[in-house]
Amino acid sequence: MSSAEHRSEQLADLPLLPRDIDGPVFEEPWQAQAFAIVAELVESGKITRQEWADTLGKVLKTAEEQGEYDTGHRYYDHWLLALENIVIDKNLTDHPELIREKEEIKENDHHRRDQQLRDEQ
Amino acid sequence: MSEDKVSRREFLSKSTMAASTVVAGSSTAKDHAQEDGHHEHEQSDYALRTKALVAVLTRKNLVNPASMDAVVDLYETKIGPHIGARMVARSWVDENYRQRLLEDARAVAREDNLTGIEGTDLVAVENTSEVHNLVVCTLCSCYPWPLLGLPPTWYKDAAYRAQSVIDPRGVLKKFGLALDDEIEVRVWDSTAEVRYLVIPERPLGSEGMSVEQLEKLVTRDSMVGAEILNSSSAGEEA
Repeated sequence: MSSAEHRSEQLADLPLLPRDIDGPVFEEPWQAQAFAIVAELVESGKITRQEWADTLGKVLKTAEEQGEYDTGHRYYDHWLLALENIVIDKNLTDHPELIREKEEIKENDHHRRDQQLRDEQ
Repeated sequence: MSEDKVSRREFLSKSTMAASTVVAGSSTAKDHAQEDGHHEHEQSDYALRTKALVAVLTRKNLVNPASMDAVVDLYETKIGPHIGARMVARSWVDENYRQRLLEDARAVAREDNLTGIEGTDLVAVENTSEVHNLVVCTLCSCYPWPLLGLPPTWYKDAAYRAQSVIDPRGVLKKFGLALDDEIEVRVWDSTAEVRYLVIPERPLGSEGMSVEQLEKLVTRDSMVGAEILNSSSAGEEA
């Protein structure tokens, strides 16, 4: 078993995780990426598997209370939120830093697009 | 179709030794890209948030992008590329289907009840003995994942994204494709609005095969234009 397989196996038995006989399934690339981040953090011991299960469980529970519970289509929406929560709880980053980074990525995208258009003119 | 149908944004670069006029592009692609121009490359909030996490955690050495890619790569075949491969294989044996695919791949995909293409145009381009198509996303990693699954790591690589536009022949050479100078190379820049599917040439030695057999010959890379299918990939002696 490769180390990548090992890392994903650690998470593959989480309850409700969308999967088929070969393992987790994803609907969009970012979902696989978000899955991989958690796999990586668990592997390196930055968070434990139990901590992850608890954090994700809490998010799913809140979603359920708000009537947004969905383990199919929106499973990874919840996953991403739980991931943001846990890295903030663990002081690995904070909310402003994540927001800043996101805005920067968006901004860069626009710049590059504008630049590309200018280059073509 | 005439040259003025080609949107420069999509048809970013062409390198050709042939003197003939370049005729390419899809009016559909152009129209859609312009219609929704302000949406181009706009990534979903989920994708942006995920990228922000990757960037922040990588900067702090909390995660390793390479090993995360290894996990993602495990699943790159989970969605596709069998769906794209099926379309390509069918286009080799069914000329009518091929024409429809080239005219409006999105409509064909919709007929096949393909999900994940909502709000995205899909354009099929064919490789021939005269033209080789290569797909890139110069900005990020827009990719026809509903057809091809998750993009390979090299597709997201900054060097590929930049070089494939500047020197597509050089990039193709690195992939092991030495194209004759007479073959025109067209590079298609994907956006969030328009995704491209390359229909590779049917490999030699695949005569008489069924669609199901042909489907197995179609690789992911060949549908991005990074591989040419030959008789050896048909599992036969050359």
